Amino acid sequence: MNSRPLARPLTRSLTRALPVTPALVLLLLFLAGPIAYCAYIAFTDLQLTGQAESSFVGFDNFRTAFQDEEFLNAVWLTLVFTVVSSLIGQNTLGLALASLMQRASKPIRTLTGGIVITAWVLPEVVAGFLLYAFFRKEGTLNAILDWLHLPSQNWLFTLPILAVSFANVWRGTAFSMLVYSAALNEIPKEITEAAEVDGAGGWRRMWHITLPMIRRSIGTNLMLNTLQTLSVFGLIWVMTRGGPGDKSQTLPLFMYEQAFQNSMIGYGTAVALLLLLVGSLFSVVYMRLLRTEA
Amino acid sequence: MTRTRKNARRLAADAGLLATAAAFALPLVWVVLSSLDPRADLRVKAPDGLTFGNFDAILTQDITFTPLLNSLILCGGATLLTVVCAALAAYPLSRFRSRLNRPFLLTILFATSLPITAIMVPVYALFVQVDLIDTMQGTIFFFAASQLPFAIWLMKNFMDGVPKELEEAAWTDGANSLQSLVRIVLPLMGPGVSVVTVFSFVMMWGNFFVPFMLLLTPDQMPASVSINEFFGNRGMVAYGQLAAFSIVYSTPVILLYVLIARRLGGGFALGGAVKG
Repeated sequence: MNSRPLARPLTRSLTRALPVTPALVLLLLFLAGPIAYCAYIAFTDLQLTGQAESSFVGFDNFRTAFQDEEFLNAVWLTLVFTVVSSLIGQNTLGLALASLMQRASKPIRTLTGGIVITAWVLPEVVAGFLLYAFFRKEGTLNAILDWLHLPSQNWLFTLPILAVSFANVWRGTAFSMLVYSAALNEIPKEITEAAEVDGAGGWRRMWHITLPMIRRSIGTNLMLNTLQTLSVFGLIWVMTRGGPGDKSQTLPLFMYEQAFQNSMIGYGTAVALLLLLVGSLFSVVYMRLLRTEA
Repeated sequence: MTRTRKNARRLAADAGLLATAAAFALPLVWVVLSSLDPRADLRVKAPDGLTFGNFDAILTQDITFTPLLNSLILCGGATLLTVVCAALAAYPLSRFRSRLNRPFLLTILFATSLPITAIMVPVYALFVQVDLIDTMQGTIFFFAASQLPFAIWLMKNFMDGVPKELEEAAWTDGANSLQSLVRIVLPLMGPGVSVVTVFSFVMMWGNFFVPFMLLLTPDQMPASVSINEFFGNRGMVAYGQLAAFSIVYSTPVILLYVLIARRLGGGFALGGAVKG
C-alpha cells in the first residue's frame, strides 16, 4: 500500500463516481450528442432526401435566414408570443392570483387553485383542442360576445397569434401562481402590517414592499416562463398549424416546416441552433439569479 | 372599522378570484359537457340529453387502448430509466465531496432550461443515421435523457435533506454505497422520489413533439400523437367523441397530480422545488 500512495484515493473516487455513469452515458449520447450534431449540420446543406451528398456551406444558412422574410416574420411572432403570453400574461396574472389568494377565503382559494392547476396539468394537445374550440368562430368566446351584444369575429383567422398567446396564458399561469404563492408566504406578516399601520395603501405596499422582497422569485419565474414559451410547439400546431398562412408561425413551427415540409434539414437546424443559443443565454442568466439567491 | 375593511377586502379578493376561475373553467366545462352530449358542438351549452355514446364510440382497440398502452410503455419505461439513473447519479453528488461536483451540477442546471424543442430536428437526423428512428427504445432513451437533468437536480436536492448520520451506522456494518442508497436513503426520501417519478411521467405523457418526430408507424403512436390524428380526421365533426377521448387521455395525469399534491400539502411544493 505504501508504495502506491496515489492509487487508493484515485480508485476510491472512481468507485464513488461509478453510479453517475448510467446517467452520464445517457446524457452524452442522447443530449450532448444531438446538440453537437446540431452545431455541425447547421453549417451544411443536408436535405431530407439525398443524405449522402450534404456538404459544408459555412454561414450560408444563417445568411439565408436573416434575408428570409418568413424567418424574420417567425422571429417577430415569437417575440410577440413570448412577451404577450409569458412576460405580460402568465407572469402578471400569476402574481395577481397569488396575491388575491393571500386575502381570499379558503374555499374560493382552493377552487380557483384547482381550476388553474388543472389547465396546467392537462396534456399539451388536449389544451390545444379546448382552446381551439373556445376561439373558433362558432365557439364559446363568440357565444359570450354575442350574448353581451359585442362584435364577434373568427379569432383563429383574424388574430391567430393573440389566440395562441391567450391559450398559452391559460395553460401556463398555474406555474407562476405556485411560484409567487410560495414567495408571498415567506414574507413575514409584521412587515406588511407595519406598512399598513403607516398608512401605505394597497398599490404602494405592493410596489415598495412586496415586489422588492420577492424580486428573486420574479427573476426566476420570468426566466423559466420565457424558456418554456420559446419551445411551445404542440399547442400552436393543434390550434392553427402556424397559420393561416404564416400568421402564427413561431420559430419552432418555422424550423419544423423548413426541415420537413421543405426538406431542408440544414436550414431548419440552423434556425434550431439560433433558438438553442437564445435559450442558453436565458439559461445562463437564470443560473446567475439562482446563485445570488443562495 | 378595521374588521369591516378587512371583510371588504376579502370579498373583493374572492370576487376577483371567482371571475378568473370562471374564465379559466369555460374550456374545461366545454370538454365535460360535450363528452356527455349526443349532439356536441364547439360552444358551452346544456347537453341535448345525457349519453355515454361518445365514450362507447371511442373505447375501442384502435382509437383508445392501443395508443394508451403505447403511452404507458413509452412513458413508463422512460420514467423508470430516468428515476433509476437520477437516484444513482444524485447519490455521490449529495454524499461525497469532489472537485467535479460543482461543474457537473452547473452543467446539469444549465441543461434543465435548454429548449428541447430546438434539438428535435438534429435528433431526427441522428436517429435516421443510427437506425433508432421509429423505435420505442430510441424514443424511450431520448425521453429519459431529456428529463434527466431536472430529475437529477430535484433528486439531489431531496437527498441533501436526508441526514448523513443515518448511513454511517450502515457503513460501519460494512454496507456499500448501493446498499445504503437502496435500503436507507431512498426509503427516507419517499415523497421526493414520488415527486420526481410523477413529475417525469406527467411531462412525458403530455409531450407531443418528441413522439411526433421520432415515431412513424401509426400503431406505435402514443395517445398524444394519435389524438391529434383523430382530431384531424374525425374530430372536426365528432366533437363529442373528441371531448370523450380528451377526458380519457387526461385523467391519469390529473389523478397522479392530485396524488402527489395531497402528499406534499397543497401542490405548492412543486413550485418551491423548481425554485431550487
